Amino acid sequence: MLGRLNWDVLPNDPFTIIALVATGLIAGAGLAVLLKIKGLAWARKTVMYIWREWLTSLDPKKIGVMYILVAVAMLLRGAADAGMMRAQQALSVGDSHGILQSDTFQQVFSAHGTIMIFFVAMGLMFGIINLVLPLQLGARDVAFPFLNSVSFWLFSAGMILINLSLVLGEFSAAGWLAYPPLSELQYSPGVGVDYWIWALQIAGVGSLLSGVNFLVTILKMRAPGMTLMRMPIFAWSVMGSMLLVVFAFPILTATLAMLSLDRTLGMHFFTSDFGGNAMMYINLIWAWGHPEVYILVLPAFGIFSEVVATFSRKRLFGYTSMVWAIAAITFLSFVVWLHHFFTMGAGANVNAFFGIMTMIISIPTGVKVFNWLFTMYGGRVRFTSPMLWFIGFVITFTIGGATGVLLAVPAADFQLHNSLFLVAHFHNMIIGGVVFGYFAGLTYWFPKIFGFRLNEKLGKLAFWFWLSGFCFAFIPLYILGMMGATRRLDHYDPSMGWQGLFIVAGFGVVLIGLGVATQILQFYVSIRDRHLNRDLTGDPWEGRTLEWSIASPAPVYNFAIIPKVHGRDAFWETKQNGTTTSTDYTDIHLPKNTPFGIFIAASSLVAGFAIIWHIWWLAGLGLLGVIGLIIIRSFDEQTEYTITAKEIAKVEAAFAKQKATA
Amino acid sequence: MAAQTKKNLKKLLYVIISLVVAELIVLSAILLKDKTFAVLEPAGTIASQQKDLMIFAAILSLFVIMPVFVLLFFILWRFRDGNVKAKYRPNWDGSRKLETIWWGIPILIILVLATVTWKTSHSLDPYRSLKSDTKPLTVQVIALQWKWLFIYPEQNIATVNYLKIPEDTPVNFEITSDAPMNSFWIPQLGGQVYAMSGMQTELHLMADHPGQFTGSSANISGEGFSGMTFNVDAVGKGDFSEWVETVWQSPDQLTKDTYATLAKPTKNDPIMLFGSRDPNLYESVIMKYMHAPAKPTESTTSLPDHTNMEGMDH
Repeated sequence: MLGRLNWDVLPNDPFTIIALVATGLIAGAGLAVLLKIKGLAWARKTVMYIWREWLTSLDPKKIGVMYILVAVAMLLRGAADAGMMRAQQALSVGDSHGILQSDTFQQVFSAHGTIMIFFVAMGLMFGIINLVLPLQLGARDVAFPFLNSVSFWLFSAGMILINLSLVLGEFSAAGWLAYPPLSELQYSPGVGVDYWIWALQIAGVGSLLSGVNFLVTILKMRAPGMTLMRMPIFAWSVMGSMLLVVFAFPILTATLAMLSLDRTLGMHFFTSDFGGNAMMYINLIWAWGHPEVYILVLPAFGIFSEVVATFSRKRLFGYTSMVWAIAAITFLSFVVWLHHFFTMGAGANVNAFFGIMTMIISIPTGVKVFNWLFTMYGGRVRFTSPMLWFIGFVITFTIGGATGVLLAVPAADFQLHNSLFLVAHFHNMIIGGVVFGYFAGLTYWFPKIFGFRLNEKLGKLAFWFWLSGFCFAFIPLYILGMMGATRRLDHYDPSMGWQGLFIVAGFGVVLIGLGVATQILQFYVSIRDRHLNRDLTGDPWEGRTLEWSIASPAPVYNFAIIPKVHGRDAFWETKQNGTTTSTDYTDIHLPKNTPFGIFIAASSLVAGFAIIWHIWWLAGLGLLGVIGLIIIRSFDEQTEYTITAKEIAKVEAAFAKQKATA
Repeated sequence: MAAQTKKNLKKLLYVIISLVVAELIVLSAILLKDKTFAVLEPAGTIASQQKDLMIFAAILSLFVIMPVFVLLFFILWRFRDGNVKAKYRPNWDGSRKLETIWWGIPILIILVLATVTWKTSHSLDPYRSLKSDTKPLTVQVIALQWKWLFIYPEQNIATVNYLKIPEDTPVNFEITSDAPMNSFWIPQLGGQVYAMSGMQTELHLMADHPGQFTGSSANISGEGFSGMTFNVDAVGKGDFSEWVETVWQSPDQLTKDTYATLAKPTKNDPIMLFGSRDPNLYESVIMKYMHAPAKPTESTTSLPDHTNMEGMDH
């Protein structure tokens, strides 16, 4: 009846039980106290408000905020995992075996990688795209608003599933990409790998749908006059990224499906015997995995392009070559995947080809860096915290690029692959490139969504914690790699002489942790002092693109009148020419909120959970639920509501008055 | 405003510099105490060529890194907000000459690097036999859960978690796995190659001089993988022959039965020496994945052999 699910799968070591019970008690007590103070009516009102205005919302701005909240929560989880890993490695030498058992340690690093890529980086990316893209394009919405909600909730369902593995059963111990045969039934008979598969499968479908959605939004919903070559560079970078999503994520879906068929139905795609071949899996997973890196980093490049131009008060340098660089990176990112396994024994010709292709990617990337530098040349550079993230990015990303060149030469890669040198390299790219980029973007666009700026002092402090923590956490790893230390070790011999460096790296994680704490404090202080940091004009940074032409926070309909675009930096030009805006408002139709996104994702969650535990009747029910819900929703024809021209005129007049007094 | 920005900038520079200095001091204090930089202290011909290659690529990439760093700090300083001496040109957004430089120079650098990559990918191909006057030694490597089995077919001996090789003699490693995928790596002798079940990969290494090195599995293969380290002794040729003779005296024999016991998952196994080995063992470990394991009820029928073993034809 309940498949593999029984009482034994609940955590049984005292430490975990105490931690879980304590968390439950604290949360419960907190809720009880809140209820006591505020009363039941207030609680009901709040819950209803969150449900009505947020959870069921189809407004991309609200969906974007929810993405970011999930990503921040998951960042805390992933960072905690990182802390445990480094603590283990700093302690587990010789006779000491540290704080974690090998199996637990392996679950922790598998979860760290999976969570950081799928639920932090992807979450921040889709969050920021949701917030900014329609505004930059001069659009009122994304192309498929309901699909957008489904995507977000599928992403959340994956997130819930991966965290459920903390309480019920176990997580995968096979690394973040779960190479077979280790991830096959023979070597990983538990539910861990199944949790990994279904969390990614469900979230991955959400990502694919988002990719289609944003791609169509860019191609079909630009404001009149905004030709492709007049689009803000951020929109271009999102287009590159979403093209990659559309081409790469189906590979992930198919690969995970095959692995899951191996595991649940006893097939042999990737097993060692019966003609299966693990090398096929490794090729396929990286045919998705390498583009995935560029899916994450391209929008970060786009953010930096906006940030640098704005804070230098200058046009972006080399727009056309920026566009070509994005196009080149998008294409090339599909022909380099083999560099993740030069050591698998492909011939010299194959290795050399993929090595050289990898180096070629560094050309357009380098061009982008020089273009950013020369965007500042001749400008007036303001050292706001988004600019600090940019400077940190240039430093770390350039170093990461150089170490990447070493890894791209196959004969050198044989000595560096799977070592901590490799781990340091990709953290250089992902923290320095992706994470710094998204932090810059969050700070930059925060006032547009919430109507007030983030506290700059704390933002800068957070940056310094992150940057110094980053140096302490990862420079030792480069050295450890040179000393022959491989990744994922839960124990090593004191004679290797690695412990000191692991302790330094652990100290770096503490600094990064302080950075995260400072950011949380920054949110708190900024919200507390919001009246002091109000953005009354809608244009707090002297912006250049359309999103700064409207009020902050952006009204639900984004643009009262869809702007006409005559060149790049559309808003900057309007400001220069002093064009007056028309007040000739018409009614606007926007999509109604709907809970079907949550229902569909909940049904998928049930199906995924049931497959993991082999509860077949429930899995069938869940899948039927998804299909049924889609059919029911498709009969709903009243999906829009109207905001009348009168209401719009009122909102816009208030904004005009506020702007005049500011 | 101007003074403020200037102060901020100075602060930025100070913080960066003091960070780097602090880190250098801390790290070097730890590192100065004689540590082994396995990758940078090669003891074999392959490893030393790989080290030279890494240094070459690193120097080449400095040609891009240095200009970026110099330009970054120069431009930030020169065009800081409030520096009226610098000319403000808000609409200057392109220069064909400049852009040609930074498309062109990286292309030239990559051309050089690509040539070197093509050459070294072939000259340092792990499948390539090493040139030497000495007759090469063959070692068959089987990655197990979680230990390494080394078979010396010509000497008819086998060892677990211990490798002895003669100096100045090419060693032809034939590598397979009877476990999840591992990676066979002895950094001081040269780069790694994956060990995969049902197929064979190859690695050719040679020690230049006697010495003791550490080898490990570089790829996660389950619970006990951290313990899959082994010692490598490179010794004089005479010493090697003597050692082989002492191993022959070992009472332990590597038969199919001892192998079956050995193949069971165990962690941190001690060194084992076997005075002889079943001559078909290595091939049978690979070939068993080519057959369907016969089910008890239909033990007479078996699937036809698959002779095309991927990974073997290179």
